[in-house]
Amino acid sequence: MTAAAVAHTAALALGDDALVLSHRLGEWAGHAPVLEEEVALANIALDLLGQARILLSLVGDEDELAYLREERAFRNLQLTEQPNGDFAHTIARQLYFSTYQHLLYGQLAAGEGPFAPLAAKAVKETAYHRDHAEQWTLRLGDGTEESHGRMQRAVDALWRFTGEPFQPVEGLDADQETLEAQWLTSVTSVLERATLTVPEGPRTGAWAAGAGRQGLHTESFGRMIAEMQHLHRSHPGATW
Amino acid sequence: MPDPQTVFDAAVAADERIEPRDWMPDAYRASLVRQIAQHAHSEIIGMQPEANWITRAPSLRRKAILMAKVQDEAGHGLYLYSAAETLGTSREELLDKLHAGRQKYSSIFNYPTLTWADVGAIGWLVDGAAITNQVPICRCSYGPYARAMVRICKEESFHQRQGFESLLALSQGTPEQHAMAQDAVNRWWWPSLMMFGPPDDESSHSAQSMEWKIKRHSNDELRQRFVDIAAPQAKALGLTLPDPDLKWNEERGQHDFGAIDWAEFWDVLKGNGPCNEQRITQRRRAHEEGAWVRDAAAAYATKQREHDEHKGEVA
Repeated sequence: MTAAAVAHTAALALGDDALVLSHRLGEWAGHAPVLEEEVALANIALDLLGQARILLSLVGDEDELAYLREERAFRNLQLTEQPNGDFAHTIARQLYFSTYQHLLYGQLAAGEGPFAPLAAKAVKETAYHRDHAEQWTLRLGDGTEESHGRMQRAVDALWRFTGEPFQPVEGLDADQETLEAQWLTSVTSVLERATLTVPEGPRTGAWAAGAGRQGLHTESFGRMIAEMQHLHRSHPGATW
Repeated sequence: MPDPQTVFDAAVAADERIEPRDWMPDAYRASLVRQIAQHAHSEIIGMQPEANWITRAPSLRRKAILMAKVQDEAGHGLYLYSAAETLGTSREELLDKLHAGRQKYSSIFNYPTLTWADVGAIGWLVDGAAITNQVPICRCSYGPYARAMVRICKEESFHQRQGFESLLALSQGTPEQHAMAQDAVNRWWWPSLMMFGPPDDESSHSAQSMEWKIKRHSNDELRQRFVDIAAPQAKALGLTLPDPDLKWNEERGQHDFGAIDWAEFWDVLKGNGPCNEQRITQRRRAHEEGAWVRDAAAAYATKQREHDEHKGEVA
């Protein structure tokens, strides 16, 4: 495989993560618990969409890639496609993902690989996303009895998707082992400070190992892209 | 000690700004709270018809533009609630009134967004009408409201240009896209004209608001100004406006235009428009379903404060 093709695999994986999570966060518009969160969630969604557009453009035409691939061709992590659920589920997903993304882009920005320039910008954005998720994890975990219960259920429910980010990706020059160790330390510390129990279940199953990265997704994903792609697909060749 | 009413009247007459700590007539305060709250509510409810298309936006560029716009609207709502709070009310109180149907929002947001082109039509027409309405408020006699409007108008102008550009792309696109754009303009034109409120002889708050310099122009004046701006823009777009009576009047130097269906306007205002029920239900649901999150944030803040105080005692 040529060097360029290898980078494409990695760019597609990271681009799809950002594209899909951005879409999920976009679903919150008009539904957030406070106005400040309308602004914050849209802000994060926009940052991610910006990253997605840059990454997908490295591979090909951003719109062709976003709107004309079928479910099995998407390479995003299963974590990013998980439905929003309640606010606690969205925050747990953000905590798990933004911690991973921030650590990954930190590594990539420090290196000299093809993603270094992009990572230098993204690491600043993801630092904000991570802080937002951590602050909310603390508030919900150490807030009321109800918020504690909801946050615990959310971190438990999404735990099984947290192994996948550390599977190797072709062309992604990252030290996955170090990333995973840092991720575990960081997430454990936040959950403990939030008075939450660190889940004990498996972080990935044999059935799920690297699944999203291989184009194997969870059921809700097909519906998500059906909605996302419908209009674009209804007008082949049109420009917007 | 001069009479406060005299001081207030003189300040308004001299085009000075009234600030939160200044004395003001109760009715002036109440009128501003009503207007600013209604304006803030419109930003918040107005997120819904556009957010309806975020997940279906046909290109990533358009999706980013739309997300940024909806985010701006939430920000505008925040500025405006802050401006209203300087008058001695609170955001919570105002939201409660919105949810209870005791305060209004702009009637335009009770119309549905049925196609992608509606997003462009809203940007061009609805934001265009809003700007026509709002630019004079940048000179409103109440300082905090005027200053909020300066910021808001800048962003709104940007949205309006983006809406125009989006419609232009459709108009010049495939025949299906052109038809989609025309259909959207047909549906949004009259409701946009209704955004300026009832005709001058039926507008209950107008005269007093103009005297206080909260408003600078009458509803009909602003509506005429908007028609005169929009008509040539429609030509530039290659689209028609759904009004057979619309034509340039050389003598007046303005456009003549057809009669507005005021029965429809009042009906929508009374809650019987196509989406009134849906909009308010979604807003109430977001608020109710978010209650546990707000409670958690408050409980956490209290715990942190107690923790900090305790640390202070120990030290």
